[in-house]
Amino acid sequence: MSDVLERRDAAPLDDGHLKVVGTRPVRPDGADKVTGKAMYGADLAMPGMVVGKILRSPHAHARIVSIDTRKARALPGVKAIVTAADFPDLASEEFEAGESAGNLRDLSQNVMARHVVLYDGHAVAAVAATSSSIADEALALIVVDYEVLPHVTEVEAAMSPDAPVLHAHMFTQGLAVTPDKPSNIAKRNELTRGDLAAAFAEADVTVEGRYTTAAVHQGYIEPHACVASYAADGQCQVWSSSQGQFMIRTYCAKVLNLESSNIRVTPAEIGGGFGGKTTVYLEPVALALSRQCGHPVKMVMTRDEVFRASGPTSAGVMTVKLGAKADGTITAADVVLKFQAGAFEGSPVGAGSMTALACYDIPNFSIVGYDVVTNTPKVAAYRAPGAPISAFAVETAMDELAAKLGMDPLALREKNAVRDGMKASYGPVFKNIGYVETLEAIRSHPHYTAPLGPNQGRGLAVGFWFNIGGESTAAVNINEDGTAVVISGNPDIGGSRASMAMMAAEVLGLPVEKVRPIVADTASIGFSMLTGGSRTTFATGMAVTQASQKIVEDLKRRAAMLMDVSVDQVDWVDGVAVCRDASKGKADLSLAHIAEKSGQTGGPIGAQVSLNAQGAGPGFGVHLCDVEVDPETGHVTVLRYTAAQDVGKAIHPAYVEGQIQGGVAQGVGWALNEEYIFDRTGHMENAGFLDYRVPVASDLPMIDSILVEVANPRHPFGAKGVGEVPIVPPLAAVGNAVSAAIGKRLTDLPMAPPKIRAAIDAG
Amino acid sequence: MSKRQHISATVNGDPVEFLAEPGATLLDALRDDLGLTGSKEGCGSGDCGACSVILDGRLVCSCLVLAVEAEGRRVETIEGMAEGSKLHPLQQKFLEHAALQCGFCTPGLLVSAKALLDANPDPTETEARYWLAGNLCRCTGYDKIIRAVMDAAAELRQEKV
Amino acid sequence: MPHVVAACSSCRAFTGDVAAFDVEAATVREMIRELDRRYPGFGEHIERRMAIAIDGEIHQDALFAPLPPGSEVVLIPRIGGG
Repeated sequence: MSDVLERRDAAPLDDGHLKVVGTRPVRPDGADKVTGKAMYGADLAMPGMVVGKILRSPHAHARIVSIDTRKARALPGVKAIVTAADFPDLASEEFEAGESAGNLRDLSQNVMARHVVLYDGHAVAAVAATSSSIADEALALIVVDYEVLPHVTEVEAAMSPDAPVLHAHMFTQGLAVTPDKPSNIAKRNELTRGDLAAAFAEADVTVEGRYTTAAVHQGYIEPHACVASYAADGQCQVWSSSQGQFMIRTYCAKVLNLESSNIRVTPAEIGGGFGGKTTVYLEPVALALSRQCGHPVKMVMTRDEVFRASGPTSAGVMTVKLGAKADGTITAADVVLKFQAGAFEGSPVGAGSMTALACYDIPNFSIVGYDVVTNTPKVAAYRAPGAPISAFAVETAMDELAAKLGMDPLALREKNAVRDGMKASYGPVFKNIGYVETLEAIRSHPHYTAPLGPNQGRGLAVGFWFNIGGESTAAVNINEDGTAVVISGNPDIGGSRASMAMMAAEVLGLPVEKVRPIVADTASIGFSMLTGGSRTTFATGMAVTQASQKIVEDLKRRAAMLMDVSVDQVDWVDGVAVCRDASKGKADLSLAHIAEKSGQTGGPIGAQVSLNAQGAGPGFGVHLCDVEVDPETGHVTVLRYTAAQDVGKAIHPAYVEGQIQGGVAQGVGWALNEEYIFDRTGHMENAGFLDYRVPVASDLPMIDSILVEVANPRHPFGAKGVGEVPIVPPLAAVGNAVSAAIGKRLTDLPMAPPKIRAAIDAG
Repeated sequence: MSKRQHISATVNGDPVEFLAEPGATLLDALRDDLGLTGSKEGCGSGDCGACSVILDGRLVCSCLVLAVEAEGRRVETIEGMAEGSKLHPLQQKFLEHAALQCGFCTPGLLVSAKALLDANPDPTETEARYWLAGNLCRCTGYDKIIRAVMDAAAELRQEKV
Repeated sequence: MPHVVAACSSCRAFTGDVAAFDVEAATVREMIRELDRRYPGFGEHIERRMAIAIDGEIHQDALFAPLPPGSEVVLIPRIGGG
């Protein structure tokens, strides 16, 4: 291994003697969250507030002939009713919202259907009423005349030339010649390297398989919720649970044709998002209702609505063919990915393609991806969007290849692992990656060699995610008693207030308890891209660190004034200004002292930094899973799970472990239980937590997480994004374990008991 | 619309009164009428446990109890768990073990865990996992939650000695 | 002179079969202008749709990032995340 563990770049501020970063303090927002005081999306009540609800399509695909709201409007207590006619009819236009491109028309028509409904649950109208029960009555009085159209929910069926076409304007992009006939295939993308045919011809061993995953929901426990208020002068306020208050502002402005300065969005606490709260569903509707009636409007989705009309991520159909030399050197890979986008284009097949082979150094490959629309809810981002789906296919194929070669699955990964200086399958050269170290962490873990019992199996899989940086703003203010406030624009979805406070405390030399982090509304802090892409600790943390550094420079300057020495004579040591020249006999000045005298040295002490963070470091995870399969029932018990990940530097290790453990749990659900089930009419049959079964406490063992720290030198403390990588390997780690336990290769998710029983029975 | 009914109950030791619509749930009454929004609605069908409260000593999903059923009964919610500003050991251990991420399921889990420890002060890990199986958490993978509950149980047993 | 590689198929709509270019440019903007001169419309495509990896480090919206002589620049689709 020593050949790869050569020189590593260190993080600029990690001198090996950090006092706060790397410790495990109690989170600053914790007390409110364990006492029920924290305010989530549905917890706010306003004077004069009314209740908004949405009427949803019962059809998977239908033309809206007419909507008659007269009876509903006449019901006492009904304050407003909106349909697509109350929203601007936006033209197709690509736009950017800080995170990724979207299409304005699609966004608007997903919020409120116009002329046509494209999935069961698609919004067609909304009411606001003085009570929840009156709103329900009003919804029942709205008469919608539908002309039901043929529908298609499965990705391969939707690709068929005779499938019902969702969008007459959609012509497959990415083909050599753009077709003249509309299709449900929105886009084809391709990544290639080398000479695939020649490589397969020369391979000693090949494996080939077809793999499928089901559509699954992010499954955040808090349903979408907001309160919106539209004032007579056009000024709007929105309180909502989302992954980005600025994202909500941008999208509301676009969908309703408003100016950003007229919209102030205050982030509520967010009860989970996992990517699913990176878009709008309710907020523009609540604003439109409020504009009509003048009351603040509260909207909260039911769980049924969450499943039918928000989220999920793509179902996928994949084929993978791998070719290798007898010694295990992989020479060829052919990957085809077909991802379901839902009602509008935009599946994560691009990222799925780029990540599919990112862990491997393969000289010849082809990765082709298809983005396919279907009569199902428009997919939303879900934790490392696309990567778990393609990783399931590739990592299952890798397991088959290892078996065929008679090679240890970990050794096969090691032999073909990417390292610094190698070109990633998606293009650039890797730098400061800790993949080999992460493989080694699993190899040296006792789990790797622990014995297995009857009906038990062990599975290994690896995963990759890019992680991103992007635009962030942070402000740090010093209070008059020498304590500090850190203000950022990123909703705290999993403990980021803690990490922001810790980075500021480290730089300022304060105990972390003296730093109060808050998440501000869109009028109180500069623009920040949403919390997503595992970017907050990296990018916003960089802004917090730089603002704190600016303050330290200012504190040194003020201390020099008070000491009557030049600024280059002053050091900042553990929160105290120290004069370098001891012979001058200058007393040290504490931060509290300088803060108290700030009026004399130029006024309040504070700094704000806005930046566009570049150089985010990619992350790798290696997971090992043991299962036991009950041969009579086909039930799978996850016995043991160990996950290693290169995290760069864990700012708050307990919350990094938590990210890994949570990602694993979601991946286990994806592998074993979770799926969208549609009946023949395209209606979702299991839109509730009883029938859409996410893992519960008794389904899981403790999840052993190993933090490998190979610093990202572009972050002050070396941090890499950590939240998304851990959901990439589990699908195949669990699947490979199940296949090992029953001695049969399973290739379709979820691996629910009936499938396992069928495989066992097939003998 | 049917008439609202006048309900008197005890919530966290205090007498309360409210008017309940016939179809309203206890969760609706707690959140909308009494302003106790610590209990959360994650599903409305008794599947997620975010609305867990203790009704006359018994753990229930308040979304499955009609508000009118609370007449004359004792309800304990997350808001009554700490004594003033002194956290219950379960709350303290959740903080120390980083047993919450988004925190939305936390009130229900704490109420549920308290009911567990009231009934069984020395649960095994398996017993804790099965007791808490009615409380969904999507962030943590339950690892740190179970550790926090076991640690709090140990501390509470110590306190009793 | 920076060496530019277009790693994904979306660029081919503009560049045909050419997937690698040597471009006289000191910044990302100069590179984009030059590529747009050679392949009209490609510049806007890069600005709106692509992220730019400079010697292995991924940049988004980094119009003024310097391109060291001999650097390798890879155009890849923009990445979001969950």
